[in-house]
Amino acid sequence: MAYSEKVIDHYNNPRNMGSFKKEEDGVGTGIVGAPECGDVMKLQIKVENDTIVDAKFKTFGCGSAIASSSLATEWLKGKTVDQAGQIKNTEIVQELNLPPVKIHCSVLAEDAIKAALNDYKKKADTEGETEAAATPA
Amino acid sequence: MKLPIYMDNHSTTPCDPRVVDAMLPYFTEKFGNSASRNHSFGWEAEEGVDQARKHIANLIHADAKEIVFTSGATESDNLALKGVVEMYKEKGDHIITTSTEHRAVIDAAKSLEKKGVKVTYLPVDKTGRVDPDDVRNAITDKTILISIMLANNEIGTIHPIAEIGKIAKEKGVLFHCDATQGVGKIPVDVQELGVDLMSFTAHKIYGPKGIGALYVRRKAPRVRLAPMIDGGGHEGGRRGGARSGPPPGGGGHERGMRSGTLPVPLVVGFGKAIELCAQEMPEESVRTMALRDRLQDGIMGAMEEVYLNGHPTERLPGNLNISFAYVEGEALLMGVKEIALSSGSACTSATLEPSYVLRALGVGSDLAHSSIRFGIGRFTTPEEVEYTIDRMIKAVNHLREMSPLYEMAKEGVDLKTVQWAVH
Repeated sequence: MAYSEKVIDHYNNPRNMGSFKKEEDGVGTGIVGAPECGDVMKLQIKVENDTIVDAKFKTFGCGSAIASSSLATEWLKGKTVDQAGQIKNTEIVQELNLPPVKIHCSVLAEDAIKAALNDYKKKADTEGETEAAATPA
Repeated sequence: MKLPIYMDNHSTTPCDPRVVDAMLPYFTEKFGNSASRNHSFGWEAEEGVDQARKHIANLIHADAKEIVFTSGATESDNLALKGVVEMYKEKGDHIITTSTEHRAVIDAAKSLEKKGVKVTYLPVDKTGRVDPDDVRNAITDKTILISIMLANNEIGTIHPIAEIGKIAKEKGVLFHCDATQGVGKIPVDVQELGVDLMSFTAHKIYGPKGIGALYVRRKAPRVRLAPMIDGGGHEGGRRGGARSGPPPGGGGHERGMRSGTLPVPLVVGFGKAIELCAQEMPEESVRTMALRDRLQDGIMGAMEEVYLNGHPTERLPGNLNISFAYVEGEALLMGVKEIALSSGSACTSATLEPSYVLRALGVGSDLAHSSIRFGIGRFTTPEEVEYTIDRMIKAVNHLREMSPLYEMAKEGVDLKTVQWAVH
């Protein structure tokens, strides 16, 4: 099966490949997939004032999985947390011209985005609670 | 050195130019139907077929009359399994095979199961070999056929066929061997191996696609098969209104087991390919094995957590199957796309299941997804091997840098204890 040029480009020049420290302030981490299924995506966002200022990924998976997560990091940057939650796997399929057998890669990328956002929100809530508790009424 | 490099010789091989030269006259001036008995065109074609049949029989120590031409190994496997089941149904309804056979055998067996035949799929050890004692213990008084491959198409592991042949003979059960990957690459002697039926094909040994053979033993025991394709042997002579066709329902060429006009150019090419293998096997197997060993050492010596799949020594000379931990096979193929290889990853399959052969060896799904099969062949050069080593190392490193699993492993996380969301 031949890959689309966009997939090949992301594979050869992955955007925002790397990691943030999970415990860093404003960082949300999503890890989805499983090694025995042949793909695992780690997607991280860094949020400041409700805006995603940076994003990073690492992916174990086929070229389409790598491209889907690489593309997701590009799209996440500059979006608000709410806007980021609106990204749909179908948009990734369209942008990368993924064939039907590779749609699950885009689904995984959407799941990774959601997982990262949830992790961020959970952390923010906990931090908020801690702050609230620390501040005398 | 020319790119792309072909290193997928288990899938198919290019025709040897000497094979093509031998075939060419049979398309034009020697175009006759080998079953036409009453003119020189037919005789000439028949002579070409007879020669080929002799070369093929000689290589496997069989008699020329024991070679039945088919369209390829898939048809040979189907004919062996279905033909035996149909012919010997009064005797029993049980077949023994292994879980790592080629799809042609497994799917034929599954199709027979739907018709009420009982099939035992024996397990293999972690090197891919079946235990002959397991074969012995699986035999019942209803067993009519044992079907076990000579060498596996993914991992190259060679089964102890001669031992199994002895057991089959002792128990009076017919023994079929799919020798598609072995014939022409390692010595094969149907007498020593004790096989009664054997499938193989031309295109794996530098011959043309579309022609294969089934060896069918004629003596001790005389194996009989119900044909899958009817047509009274060969049509050529009789349909042309010639004199002595074989009587309906029997005889004919291919002993009535496979009808259809023989593709004479392909048969001739098959014969030539086999003749070349017979002449060159001693040197060629040493050469391909040396290249394979260099490839194996070059790759495995340069990287950590790289695992060999299959048997370390009882393996086809040109086969190398390796799992690269933390990287996915298909992504790896993409990284070395100027080299033709295959992967046990099933990222493109509907089921997302990785190689059933590697799974049967007990290789974890993660490492099965990370496997690459290299197939060294007659035309592989040392330069190509060096280039492949270099490119594989770079691609694996590139992907490991990108792999969250590699990162976690480096941080000391035991990946086996992680709760993954299996999807």
